[in-house]
Amino acid sequence: MTEIKRAKILKFNSEKCVGCLECEKACSQVHFKCDDGGEKSAIRIHEKDGKFQMHVCNQNGLCIDMCPVGAIERMPNGTVILNKNICVGCQACVAFCPLGAMKRSASRIEPFKCISCGACVRACPEDALELVEVDIEEIKQIVFNNYGGANHG
Amino acid sequence: MVKGQFSWKDYDAGNTKHEWDLQKIHAAHKVLTEFKYDKNKIEKGFANKTLYINLTTNEIKEKPVTDDMKKKFTGGRGFGLKLLWDSIQPDTRWNSEENDLVITTGPLCGSTQYPGSGKSLCLTVSPSTNIVCDSNVGGYFGPYLKFCGYDALEIQGKAKEDVIIVIDGEASVIRIETAPLEEINTHLVSEQLTYMYSSKDDERSRQRVSVVSAGHGAENSYWGCLNFSFWDIRRKVARLKQAGRGGLGTVLRDKKIKGIVARVDKFTGVENAPENPEAAAKVGTKIQKEIRDLDRYQCNMRQVGTAHLVEIMDAYDLLPCENYRFGSFPKAPKIYSMKFFENFTRVIPDGCWHGCTMACAKTVDSFEVMTGPYKGHRVTVDGPEYETVGCGANMSLWDPKWIIEFNFYCDTYGIDTISSGTAIAYYMEMFEYGILNKERCGGLELAFGNFNAVMQFLHRMADGDTDEFIKVAAKGIRRVKDWLKSKNWGDHQLIEDAGMESKGLEYSEYVTKESLAMQGGYGLTLKGPQHDEAWLIFMDMVNNQIPTFKDKAEALHYFPMWRTWFGLNGLCKLPWNDVEPANNAETNDPSKVPEHLNNYVEYQNAVTGWNINKEELILQSERAYNWQRALNVWMGRGQRRDDWIPYRSMGPVTELEYVSRQERYDKQLAEIMNKPLEEIEKMDVGKKVKLLYDHRRNQYQILSDAVYMRRGWTQNGVPTPVKMKQLGFADEQKMLDFLAKKIQEDEENGLNEWGGVYSESEEKPSKERRYWESW
Repeated sequence: MTEIKRAKILKFNSEKCVGCLECEKACSQVHFKCDDGGEKSAIRIHEKDGKFQMHVCNQNGLCIDMCPVGAIERMPNGTVILNKNICVGCQACVAFCPLGAMKRSASRIEPFKCISCGACVRACPEDALELVEVDIEEIKQIVFNNYGGANHG
Repeated sequence: MVKGQFSWKDYDAGNTKHEWDLQKIHAAHKVLTEFKYDKNKIEKGFANKTLYINLTTNEIKEKPVTDDMKKKFTGGRGFGLKLLWDSIQPDTRWNSEENDLVITTGPLCGSTQYPGSGKSLCLTVSPSTNIVCDSNVGGYFGPYLKFCGYDALEIQGKAKEDVIIVIDGEASVIRIETAPLEEINTHLVSEQLTYMYSSKDDERSRQRVSVVSAGHGAENSYWGCLNFSFWDIRRKVARLKQAGRGGLGTVLRDKKIKGIVARVDKFTGVENAPENPEAAAKVGTKIQKEIRDLDRYQCNMRQVGTAHLVEIMDAYDLLPCENYRFGSFPKAPKIYSMKFFENFTRVIPDGCWHGCTMACAKTVDSFEVMTGPYKGHRVTVDGPEYETVGCGANMSLWDPKWIIEFNFYCDTYGIDTISSGTAIAYYMEMFEYGILNKERCGGLELAFGNFNAVMQFLHRMADGDTDEFIKVAAKGIRRVKDWLKSKNWGDHQLIEDAGMESKGLEYSEYVTKESLAMQGGYGLTLKGPQHDEAWLIFMDMVNNQIPTFKDKAEALHYFPMWRTWFGLNGLCKLPWNDVEPANNAETNDPSKVPEHLNNYVEYQNAVTGWNINKEELILQSERAYNWQRALNVWMGRGQRRDDWIPYRSMGPVTELEYVSRQERYDKQLAEIMNKPLEEIEKMDVGKKVKLLYDHRRNQYQILSDAVYMRRGWTQNGVPTPVKMKQLGFADEQKMLDFLAKKIQEDEENGLNEWGGVYSESEEKPSKERRYWESW
């Protein structure tokens, strides 16, 4: 299998954002076919100290190794996707995501995440979002696998 | 070792590949019975039916699960007790025609959001104890059985030739098929049957098949375990968890079952149909985050599983070394968890059911087998877990590779590592004293530390060797004690005191000499000496939290009840207290882990839609627990004499043991006898051993008095009709009449008396001898 080296991830230009949340609504369309945004969106925009922040998956892929049924895989384009038809709803990926970016909505047991589809980028009226390509080695994270945290960091 | 983030498709465990003609093997099957059924939709954790199979008559039928059954027995192990009560007689033995082998699930079993929700509870009349034995096990079979539409599977009767049972939840059909050509040993037959019965030839389909099997060791010993498979899509191998205790695999093979196969269709995260999936997911994710953040600083389960306990037990003088004579050993660091960490192939996720991020199931992949029929093969070994490593210490095997080999063969031969390891350790001690020798052991040099002799013993046993020693030894310590005494080969008292069995079952791997409460935790149990009812050593011995008999009795009431609850629900106990919230020590009752207790109340309510609180949760257990005790009494056991434990678990049997911890024992004797230490130090060791012997044996009786009363039983350990009525069994007239009659008989035989000898300053648990009459 050829090694996947590059992945597209979302980049947020905070100064351009006006907090309209069109991105969240667009994301809800992708995952739930509705305009709810909020807990049904994989991208979340929060306001803190008068500035907007984006909270979304960075495709680090730690969740891949957490899935007991192999429902999470890195696609050839580098994006990490969760196949909800294979998922058994255990939430291991949700609990272990270091960013809290694997999301679950009350309306469905299977979690969901950003798939770098660009729907939010296209929906943003202010061009605050863009998809950029990064080296997977730079973002990759793996599950803690050392002998004890106390002595072996 | 693989360093994370790889596609599950790419990993190769590096094991020996098998070339089987599966079509030919399958073509040799003859279908004996086929039973088509309408699959019940699971509702709030229950499929509301149980499956009954009779292998003598080839009858297959369904039994309803009633609301009354749920109310009295909750589910899981409780249902198993109910099914057994309806099927067996007081004189039913393990190999009786009517003996049931029951595999149950429980209402929370098959959920995926809370760690440890895939346990099956297996019950049968045990060859070791002649009473009902229950044993819990992970793996996918339990959840799949429920997804196939059944809360429990009950197998009665015996097949005439080797059979498999196929429960096909995809096609809603159950078949009994002859299976003449399949292997018997587990690591082979579970793989064969998985390949044969998966709907497609791919990893995902194989993951939706689970197989229950035993092996040649189960056929030829009383230590047979049930191996439950869980197909690992990464390693591409059938991994195994064991219902180890009490000889359930022996019963499986006595019924001529080679394998029980469950196959399911695709299932979802809400297959268990919880009343409130959101609440279940919320509480589950909360604890999974705790595991993520805290496990590495607490038990290290995700890296080494239960083997993390080895160094702790060694440090506290609790690791059983050379047949429990010592609690620590100079060579013990050779088998500390780090040594297994180096051997484990850490290909996560490693839970034995989906969603268990505690992930204690570890493997050694591509292990090159060193002895026996599979010598030279490369295999995946599941484990070793703490208990198996403890058996290594007990047999004085101080090489991790030896322990892994022992583990592999026990699993594939279908025998319990605990029972066999503890028993072999006892035979080794008898060998050391010359009570056994090479000639008496069928040519085996069964000395402590002789790895080759241990493996030879297992291979010959599995091979059906007819040597007198091999045959008796394979039935366990109790039978060997009787055999040694009948041969008059040694001091009868030593033979009795040194063998670590109670009720006919071998001990698990903790030294209990310095914790009276834990002695009760092993002895005052339903099925025999295991630590699944109570583990009180730290509370009692290290932290001194339960100093009085009343305190100990309270702990020996509460913890067995609480721990029974997991088995009623199809849960694993480990996520309760093998990870603790960061602030647990500051709570008012850290040993109960109050926050996790609340989790379980929320979790059960979320799935079942019941509205219970933590007191009612204990009540659920108390019903099943007392019913099982009553069942034991009904079968002629379950009384004070059956709760007796060997002196090796109470104190030093030999002078060597006394001398090895002389300072401790001298100090204790000085206190007991109210004499200056110097005077004790000068006393003859043999005399001191005897003084401690009499004292500790009496302490155990006094403890039993207190515990029986706390549990609502007579002094002979019999549950009273009053207690049973309070628990909700008022309409179980047959059982109530039996208990009333039994208590009357005990009265006539003088058995309703305190067992302990009390000094004038010591108070009996009650002033009334027949205290239960005034309740």
